Amino acid sequence: MEVIIGFGIIMAFLAAGECLSVFMGHFVPGSVVGMMLLFIALTTKVIKPHRIEKVAHFLTGNMTIFFIPAVMGIIDLWGVIKMSWLGWLGVIVLSTVCVMAATGYTVGGMSALQHRREKKGGRR
Amino acid sequence: MIREMLSSTPVMLGLTVGVYLLAVWMRTRSKIMLLNPMLISVPVIVAFLLLFDIPAQHYIQCNSMISFMLGPSVVALGLTMYEQRNTIREYLLPILSAVVVGSTVGVASVYLLCRWFRLDEVFLLALEPKSVTVPIAMEVAKGIGGNTAITAISVALCGIFGGIFGPLILKLLHIKNPIAVGAAMGSASHGIGTARAIELGALEGAVSGLCIALMGVATAVLVPLFNTVIVAPHL
Repeated sequence: MEVIIGFGIIMAFLAAGECLSVFMGHFVPGSVVGMMLLFIALTTKVIKPHRIEKVAHFLTGNMTIFFIPAVMGIIDLWGVIKMSWLGWLGVIVLSTVCVMAATGYTVGGMSALQHRREKKGGRR
Repeated sequence: MIREMLSSTPVMLGLTVGVYLLAVWMRTRSKIMLLNPMLISVPVIVAFLLLFDIPAQHYIQCNSMISFMLGPSVVALGLTMYEQRNTIREYLLPILSAVVVGSTVGVASVYLLCRWFRLDEVFLLALEPKSVTVPIAMEVAKGIGGNTAITAISVALCGIFGGIFGPLILKLLHIKNPIAVGAAMGSASHGIGTARAIELGALEGAVSGLCIALMGVATAVLVPLFNTVIVAPHL
């Protein structure tokens, strides 16, 4: 019963997110809107965390398996990719490293700055 | 007859679950974190489909039940975010600035690298929104006239690459702060990066999940803008 209630709550938020997404002209996907709505509902104590914990931890802990079927589409596209696969992979790898370095260093720099400011006692 | 049996829905579903469990078991048993379940599962399933001449689209259709769970699992990240609400509140400024910088670097690096490698504009348009989770990336690509199939695979590859090598790259770059690690994993490698970040720690996972959502919003605004102002006039 606990699992059904938990899954039901998550599905309800997904459905609400999907409806809102349609209303916003698919600007943000429904699942992301649903995630925001769930976060708001938990913060405002509309939903008690223990109701969904079991199901939510199962879902977030096994996300990889949910991606596997979609990746199989690679088989059908092999003809297009074969021609410039090396450059394509190069862009993917280098750009991913760029984004990682940029976000990592930005967070590191910003939190160092924040710590220094807090140490000085100069909190905004 | 054997082919008909093998291509039935329960067998196709069982293939995904079985191979995934095997991959997870292999990693737990060998204790080699580099043995990403994705890295092992994908070639095995590809080999199976090619061997028995089963169309990829048939496999994807049979597994729509599993793919569907991506939606609920993204929603479930709301709880992960909630569990880290104090940390997120404390580090909101660094994380928000990382997302703004990250999405800009993501789009700009794709543009410059595609020029450098002299790739066809088909790749450029499909790759521009690659620093977001698959469903957002595909919607954004559709908006600027990119090939959504290439986008989906590129995003998956970014995820696999970052999911496997992300922790190593971050170590080489001397990025150790768990919030920085989470932000980098989620921003660069989305769902798969987050799955890996959750394995690294709850804080890393939470920040990573938060960054997926924020990168999605930032990129959905940035890509169409960047494309109209910088890319389109040069095509």
